[in-house]
Amino acid sequence: MLTKSTHHIAASFSRRGMLAATAGLVLGLASLTGAKAADDTIKVGVLHSLSGTMAISETTLKDTILFLIDEQNKKGGVLGKKLEAVVVDPASNWPLFAEKARELITKDKVAVVFGCWTSVSRKSVLPVFKELNNILFYPVQYEGEESERNVFYTGAAPNQQAIPAVDYLMKDEKVKRWVLAGTDYVYPRTTNKILEAYLKSKGVAQEDIMINYTPFGHSDWQTIVADIKKFGSAGKKTAVVSTINGDANVPFYKELGNQGIKAKDIPVVAFSVGEEELAGIDTKPLLGHLAAWNYFQSIKSPENEKFIKAWQAYTKNPKRVTNDPMEAHVIGFDMWVKAVEKVKSTDPDKVIDALPGIEAKNLTGGVSKMLPNHHITKPVFIGEIKANGQFDVVWKTPGLVAGDAWSKELEGSKDLIGDWVGKKCGNYNVKANKCLGSGS
Amino acid sequence: MFLIAFAVPAFAGPFEDAVAKFANDDFSDTDEAIGAVASSGNKLAFPIISALQDGRLMADPDSKKVYVTGSDGKSIDAATGEPVASVPDSASAVRLNNRLRRSVDAALGSLTLQSPDLATRLQAAQSVFKSHEESALEPVDAALAKETSKSVKVALGEARAAILLFKPDATEVEKLEAVATIRARGDQEALALLTGMGDQPALVAKAAASAIGSIQSSLAVWSTVQNAWYGLSLGSVLLLAAIGLAITFGVMGVINMAHGEMVMIGAYTTFVVQEVIRTRYPGLFDYSLLIAVPLAFLVAGAIGVVIERGIIRFLYGRPLETLLATWGLSLVLQQEVRTMFGPTNREVGNPSWMSGAFELGQITITYNRLWILCFTLAVFAILLAMLRYTALGLEMRAVTQNRRMAASMGIATSRVDALTFGLGSGIAGIAGVALSQIDNVSPNLGQSYIIDSFMVVVFGGVGNLWGTLVGAFTLGIANKFLEPVAGAVLGKIAILVLIILFIQKRPRGLFALKGRAVEA
Repeated sequence: MLTKSTHHIAASFSRRGMLAATAGLVLGLASLTGAKAADDTIKVGVLHSLSGTMAISETTLKDTILFLIDEQNKKGGVLGKKLEAVVVDPASNWPLFAEKARELITKDKVAVVFGCWTSVSRKSVLPVFKELNNILFYPVQYEGEESERNVFYTGAAPNQQAIPAVDYLMKDEKVKRWVLAGTDYVYPRTTNKILEAYLKSKGVAQEDIMINYTPFGHSDWQTIVADIKKFGSAGKKTAVVSTINGDANVPFYKELGNQGIKAKDIPVVAFSVGEEELAGIDTKPLLGHLAAWNYFQSIKSPENEKFIKAWQAYTKNPKRVTNDPMEAHVIGFDMWVKAVEKVKSTDPDKVIDALPGIEAKNLTGGVSKMLPNHHITKPVFIGEIKANGQFDVVWKTPGLVAGDAWSKELEGSKDLIGDWVGKKCGNYNVKANKCLGSGS
Repeated sequence: MFLIAFAVPAFAGPFEDAVAKFANDDFSDTDEAIGAVASSGNKLAFPIISALQDGRLMADPDSKKVYVTGSDGKSIDAATGEPVASVPDSASAVRLNNRLRRSVDAALGSLTLQSPDLATRLQAAQSVFKSHEESALEPVDAALAKETSKSVKVALGEARAAILLFKPDATEVEKLEAVATIRARGDQEALALLTGMGDQPALVAKAAASAIGSIQSSLAVWSTVQNAWYGLSLGSVLLLAAIGLAITFGVMGVINMAHGEMVMIGAYTTFVVQEVIRTRYPGLFDYSLLIAVPLAFLVAGAIGVVIERGIIRFLYGRPLETLLATWGLSLVLQQEVRTMFGPTNREVGNPSWMSGAFELGQITITYNRLWILCFTLAVFAILLAMLRYTALGLEMRAVTQNRRMAASMGIATSRVDALTFGLGSGIAGIAGVALSQIDNVSPNLGQSYIIDSFMVVVFGGVGNLWGTLVGAFTLGIANKFLEPVAGAVLGKIAILVLIILFIQKRPRGLFALKGRAVEA
């Protein structure tokens, strides 16, 4: 028995390499672009997962960049050259993100990279972009506390999504009791820390805040939904602020609907649920639950209508939805094109210096601007879920909100600013008047 | 702004003015309009407010005219009640937000307290209980005087008590009575009402405090029952996911990492069935799951047979290669599905008999969980009977217990291997149909169940179906009693640690197989 099994182990080791290689080959084939390199093109790297857990969200962003490049090439490209996309698949594997980023920059010699979704994937590629001095456009709402020279953050910082959402609930819905529910990783934890500090500064007592974390892909929400119900029956208006990540949301909302928690009793405001996520759920029981974003597909503006039409024609799917991170890529891509045309070069150093101050139309009828801290100005909208899976905007900020790289609510970061124009520093302490070195 | 205000034609009275406010597309104007229309006593109040609730109240921002469109396609002018030929194209449905939905509920509550329909009256009483606005007191009293149904009377009494609790000029006696009524109701909403009523005279506050204490202690007992139910429900999901693995891994000994993907294929089969039904035979939607169950079994089972014939039969007796091969296969299957159906979630609807919940005492039982529990037990019983009483079941047991002896008795062992693997995969497919009701239908569906499934089978005892059953329910209940104390993340870690310790003590799981079969 014993000798037999050792023999098996030995035999399997000799085959493991081959098997893994075969699996890799199969996956690799799926992500080949097929486009041939040519010298008279400018290469644009696309670093989004096309397989694994994050493929659900990131595949659409890959398509968005391909669409934007296609549109730009129809207009004659940039600096008289056509743009060429180089698509790689980091397969939702964080170390692989760094490897693929290195491959894009050194082997394919791309001028810029659009990519990443999770914060951990962004953190994993940061050293590569710093070392090889290239540009990353990051399109997803995130926890802030970062400002890097090589990264441009076109998604929302906490003060462009979480804080306005809480303000809305406090003022319009008179919410007094808060459940902060999130998936257990860096974005929800940091966001909830910021929100907790903010709520306390507004006079909310500790016992009126309940914080709850669940593992990735959590699917049994019975206990937590019952707990929320219990927490909500203390005679004060209660709301749930959800930083629950993509995949776990469907069972969460299904359980809410089934246990009869209506938005008019306990509203849930989500920061990671958009049109794309709702496409997988029957939204009738969710009527009135909220989401805070900087863009909704339902917003009426000439730019948005034109974009949706072109996007649906490009994807040959008249039902294909649009969402917030897509708009962030639209703005980021436009800003990069404008910066390149301004300095007449794709040299990263020149483009990085040219980007702050560049303005680009967003899809909701305003003009977003790249700030010295590499974040952008955005409007904030609160939308209620409608029965058709779209959002009805019930509130918006009067103007555009400038993204804070460093949260004003946290003790450790309230004196910090990012300024890559005047101070050439990502974390400048305005009290001590000195740069603390690294930007994250 | 001024120009617009002057452009509005002057209306005859306050009711017409209130109705016109619906056309302003401003949430606070709509709120005022709801209050004014509801308290106007006009016979159009009910049709207007209920149309508003259903999104049938149309307003034209240009002419400031408001229309009620009926479900029959006929429309009336909301201000006058006159029928109109057609609603102009520029009109759109009056928008609502959560605050307005509450106002609508409150208004409809007082308007429908005397509706001829019993269910409507009950619902009306409950919405008045929730909103407990002082203005509803008179309609409630009027309705109470006429009410004959006992259940509605109780609901109305509770609504009246709720209003009195928050009425500043109610007498102490009235308030004490109200506290007693609410205490008798004894649920979470009663608790919310009592804790939220603010400053009260000393006697009332004392009665309320004692009522809160009594409700809380009775709710605490119920919450234990609820945890037990949640545990059973989680256990049934674990069992359902693991039951197919109990065959392929437990009985055949194949470490099948692609088991989760069989579950996923079952879920996608459900999706395809529902798509076909939606486009071709919408009337059959409530039966979609019944149709999907045999189909999922066949599809996943057939794929299982192909996998066994194509890959696994060459790897019997080589567990590590099997593990790697099936793991690679799981990646291939995932990417295959991703290419065919796209990476995003696919919507699988709940048939009406699986939506919603009912109350049992103070706990909420959702229909989908209840049906999944019944379904799991049924699958388990059928599987057990099949292994015990059918010829194929006998052959399967014979082959797994002593392959060479079975072969020399004339059993085609390789055919039995393929069918056994197919059976395990088919059952995983059936599990996918049920899990599509509570989880995402995405290419990653299977991954989230594979670890749990192995945990259940190993914990229960490899090769023993009863062990899998007991193991699944033990883990489910333990998890649900740990979760409220330790939180979801720590609870899961604690369960894993406990299982590791348990396996150290009893390496063969809860119900170890004895006899010669184990040594083979």
